[in-house]
Amino acid sequence: MTEYFFRTEQLAVGYREPLIGEIEIRLKKGEILTLLGPNGAGKSTVLKSIARQLAPLGGTVWLGEDCVERMSGAALSRRMAVVMTERLRAELMTCADVVATGRYPYTGRFGILSEADRRAVREAMELVQVAELWGTDFAKVSDGQRQRVMLARAVCQEPELLILDEPTSYLDVRYKLEFLSLLQKMRREKGLTVILSLHELELAERISDRICCLNGRYVDRIGTPEEIFVPGYLKTLFGITSGSYDEENGSMELAAPRGEPEVFVIAGGGSGRAAYRRLQREGTAFATGILFDNDLDIPAARALAARVIEAEAFGPVGRRQLADARECLDACKRVLCCRRTFGVYEEANRELLAYAKERGKEMEIL
Amino acid sequence: MRGERRRRYIASFLLLAAAAVLCLILNVCIGSVRISLPEMADILRGSSQDRTAARILYDIRMPRALAALVLGGALALAGYLLQTFFHNPIAGPFVLGISSGAKMTVAIVMVFLLGRQVRVSTAALIGAAFAGAMLSMGVVLLMSRSVEQMSALIVAGVMIGYICSAVTELIVTFADDADIVNLHNWSRGSFSGMTWENVAVMSAVTAAAFAAVLLLAKPMDAYMLGEAYAANLGVDVRLLRVRMVLLSSLLSACIVAYAGPVSFVGMAAPHLVKRLFGTAKPVVMIPACFLGGSVFCLFCDLLARNLLAPAEIGISTVTAVFGAPVVLWIIGKRGKERAV
Repeated sequence: MTEYFFRTEQLAVGYREPLIGEIEIRLKKGEILTLLGPNGAGKSTVLKSIARQLAPLGGTVWLGEDCVERMSGAALSRRMAVVMTERLRAELMTCADVVATGRYPYTGRFGILSEADRRAVREAMELVQVAELWGTDFAKVSDGQRQRVMLARAVCQEPELLILDEPTSYLDVRYKLEFLSLLQKMRREKGLTVILSLHELELAERISDRICCLNGRYVDRIGTPEEIFVPGYLKTLFGITSGSYDEENGSMELAAPRGEPEVFVIAGGGSGRAAYRRLQREGTAFATGILFDNDLDIPAARALAARVIEAEAFGPVGRRQLADARECLDACKRVLCCRRTFGVYEEANRELLAYAKERGKEMEIL
Repeated sequence: MRGERRRRYIASFLLLAAAAVLCLILNVCIGSVRISLPEMADILRGSSQDRTAARILYDIRMPRALAALVLGGALALAGYLLQTFFHNPIAGPFVLGISSGAKMTVAIVMVFLLGRQVRVSTAALIGAAFAGAMLSMGVVLLMSRSVEQMSALIVAGVMIGYICSAVTELIVTFADDADIVNLHNWSRGSFSGMTWENVAVMSAVTAAAFAAVLLLAKPMDAYMLGEAYAANLGVDVRLLRVRMVLLSSLLSACIVAYAGPVSFVGMAAPHLVKRLFGTAKPVVMIPACFLGGSVFCLFCDLLARNLLAPAEIGISTVTAVFGAPVVLWIIGKRGKERAV
């Protein structure tokens, strides 16, 4: 049993009414677990219950050999640190002051910082690369900086387990990446075990060792990213009804235009995606082809086109597909060609373009 | 950075202490009968021939000045506790109706006992005031569960204050003629008529409360970050909140029992002190607020006694003149910060 550093046993959480029960999480030291699920699925509730902000309605949380519920506040604070979504109130505090609050479990009666405490603050700030914000007013730093200062504060608490509730939500893409890179660095350098909730699926897929999916009633699935990001699963978990999410490629598209195709798009090699999305915005239904089934255009084409003429990758395009494409093109009013030149294996698309010209279709060549 | 901060703390403390001493001396010397510094020194040494001046100094001015010092400090400390408790910069015993609640129960007890010719001990008065303060505090706490906005909570507090004041007025109306004068003066807030016994009791209560608050400095520091963070840092938030409520009520009660409700000191003094020190750290703020409140009250009482001498102005009138602009300034500043 002890090979796991963190585990929950039949944990049930909720505010008075049980929201989610039978939560069984097992984590080894140094692993990163992400909670995933739609808004209101109970991610924060689970995190709060683990962090003992909220009394569990049943079950136990184990940190190493110790039951979290029975630990004293002081003992727990030395082993677990949190970064919550609630803004930390900091009146007249510099960033260093905020980070220094992480030393609270280690200071004496009046909370006066020792030389060692100050050193820990400095180290934490250097690790998270916010040392230059030492004397800056915490209220005046940007969202990205604030989140990193909060991380430094948590690190300074010298925890074994770090809990973060949607730490990247208000960050722009650069800060999102920087923040998660920092988490990986913490894990590598300090052996920190991390439990966090994220809204960004693509980031969750990349950073997590394990992912726990919540749907608001129970733990729907828990496993490695490969086990979670299987076709169709996240669409069900998040109840996506309008538009689509492609688990394998991490791409998402808005809802496909309805109706019979009016435009035929000749594409390939990623040249067609922009055109597909433009047509989607215009609300024009379209068909596209002929695409190899590993083409860069395929995810968007499958999500948006009324019909996709596909050919098996690494092989020649068969007569069948060409005939299908011609037939499909005949039914369209307009042809859009996204290819300037055609490569050796695109002979079929060249023929298709020639056919379209011959039939006197309204042409647009990009 | 550290040295600079420490220098600022020391300089600020020295400034406040000097101001307190200066105000104390001025309060003792200035009045309808002026006592010069050499005269005061003579009286203190016991070598003065002027018996009247000695009586004024010992029996009237010194207890009154010391009371202003102690109660002013207690008031600012109570305000600071409440501001921290509610995470609300304009909280204070007066605006939240806590002073008025204490005033109401004290009035009830005084009228009831005086009507039966029973002498009211100061301990009983503090007890009554504490009960009233807790009563108002209870209502404010109940309100704070349902109102999120800081302004709504303050409005609720002001309303509670009005209700309590109305009840007090009613009681005072029913009191005997002889009591009315005293009660009326007191219910408007005044440092007059302090005795050495009063000063001794209030000092003891305030000193005990002050020490207890100082012991809460560290958990309060964590609490100021927000409840969730405090809990994660190992603070027993519920216990801390209970202690803060009890101590702020006790301090407010102590003031009301002796000086009646004094407005704005609890609200304004902590802010001025915060700006002066450039920090909100409780371990610095607790003694600093106390000193700041003392200076504020001594200064205001000096004006209250002398501006229209020989008539006296209610202490709250003077504190409002200096305190209310501070509150307006805070509100304006917060509005601006939120807009950014």
